[in-house]
Amino acid sequence: MAGIRLSVPQTARKGEVIELKALIQHPMESGYRRGSRGEQIPRNIITRFECLYDGEIVFSADFHPAIAADPFLTFYTRAVRSGTLAFRWTDQHGEMWSDTATLTVT
Amino acid sequence: MKKRSPALAIAAFLAACTPSPTDHAGLPSADVRSGYAFLTAETQAMQDDSFANPGYLWVDRGSDLFESAADGAPSCASCHSEGLAGVAATYPAIDEDSGDLLNLEGRINQCLMRHQNLPALAYESDDLLALTAFVANQSAGMPASVSIDGVAASHYRNGQDYFFTRRGQFNLSCHQCHDQNWGKRLRGDTISQGHGNGFPAYRLEWQTLGSLQRRIRDCDAGVRAEPKAFGDPAYIDLELYLSSRASGLEIESPAIRR
Amino acid sequence: MPDQPAQPETMFSRRTLIRLGAGSVLVAATPLPVFATPDDVKAAQQELFGSRMIREGRVTLKLPAIAENGYSVPLSVEVDSPMTADDHVRQIAIFSPRNPIANVARFQLGPRAGRAAVATRIRLGGTQAVQAVAEMNDGSLWSGSAQTVVTLAACVVL
Repeated sequence: MAGIRLSVPQTARKGEVIELKALIQHPMESGYRRGSRGEQIPRNIITRFECLYDGEIVFSADFHPAIAADPFLTFYTRAVRSGTLAFRWTDQHGEMWSDTATLTVT
Repeated sequence: MKKRSPALAIAAFLAACTPSPTDHAGLPSADVRSGYAFLTAETQAMQDDSFANPGYLWVDRGSDLFESAADGAPSCASCHSEGLAGVAATYPAIDEDSGDLLNLEGRINQCLMRHQNLPALAYESDDLLALTAFVANQSAGMPASVSIDGVAASHYRNGQDYFFTRRGQFNLSCHQCHDQNWGKRLRGDTISQGHGNGFPAYRLEWQTLGSLQRRIRDCDAGVRAEPKAFGDPAYIDLELYLSSRASGLEIESPAIRR
Repeated sequence: MPDQPAQPETMFSRRTLIRLGAGSVLVAATPLPVFATPDDVKAAQQELFGSRMIREGRVTLKLPAIAENGYSVPLSVEVDSPMTADDHVRQIAIFSPRNPIANVARFQLGPRAGRAAVATRIRLGGTQAVQAVAEMNDGSLWSGSAQTVVTLAACVVL
């Protein structure tokens, strides 16, 4: 059960470059840590992030174990039209989490 | 045994009942400053941005839990319809019914058991952290203001004694680092005053949100003392002393700390 | 009995103390695990970009001069580019010459991004100069780097 927090402006002018922030709760277990009995804790990380603007990928990222826990991203996109911004995370096992935000472009 | 006059006996009795600020000379109140002041600018920015601060993930979850009614039990919101602004700033506090000193986690668990017929939540469980973060965040920006009068006085004194007692293989007391050497360097770190006004806090070292109890246990382990169990009465008393010591500092939960 | 959270462990089996101005001593507490080397960064870059030349410039990578904790270091990267259909950044890759793995992250942009800037938080296993390489739509590669000192927590709970 991964909590998600998004920062998306509610409105923007057409053509304006807007700042987007996406935060998801995930331990991003690197696979290099050891537990209290010395056992190696297996790797468990989100490997892919995608931001879709009305279904079209406008930004994406590949994560390696060096991305900190509770991965956080700030990135930008051009407000081309009113629509839905979808944020999608996929982990190494294929499990997926997503959330959406509506953008009104004037 | 020396014979004491009745006046002296009464004076001694009164002195024993009220916490005296000169029992253990701690931080002058003008010097009191939050752990926030000991963070780098980048980490302060991380705390201040509620979208960059991962602690808010737990506040969000706590808000959901607060509103939801589980298994037919009444939701927290059904009683606390006006929210809980300012409450966390007064904790730890004496529970009127039992007379026990409760910290925020203890109070939340007591509510769960007594008013909602739900089992208590374990320390550091996601749900308890979420509820604690949510309730504490409702007091964000408000000054810590606990009561150390009446029944709380003996708890305050216990907590104060703990703070001033050397412990562990390093034989250090909290007082030595956090009253006498704050602001100085320990390895690459700058020693803070050890207040706790930002807890539950997202600690970079833990890579997650954690309670003040967890932090206190880490402090004990840090001086190579055996940490007590979560929720140990000594630690609750210590939390009361810490909150009183931090009087006036704003609650910052969920803070970012190293 | 409540579950005890795992003791805060380092990312690797041991940590290295680093020399600081006060004159503390550089100590390797125990044998170090395998870290990447600058050669691993080159190999990772070759895998991504082939043998194309990487030029320094146009890429500004920002890291704090001193990282409070190696578990979470804020990073921001910006590339000087108009981000038009004819002239834009296709992707930005981040490399670490000292983590166990040289690859840190890769960001795919394009003209829709509007601004070639990304910020995130990364883990660093020690003091190092992190490198960012940007690939433009014309195939050219540009790079920037930033040095950061990764400090050890005051009370290390090993």
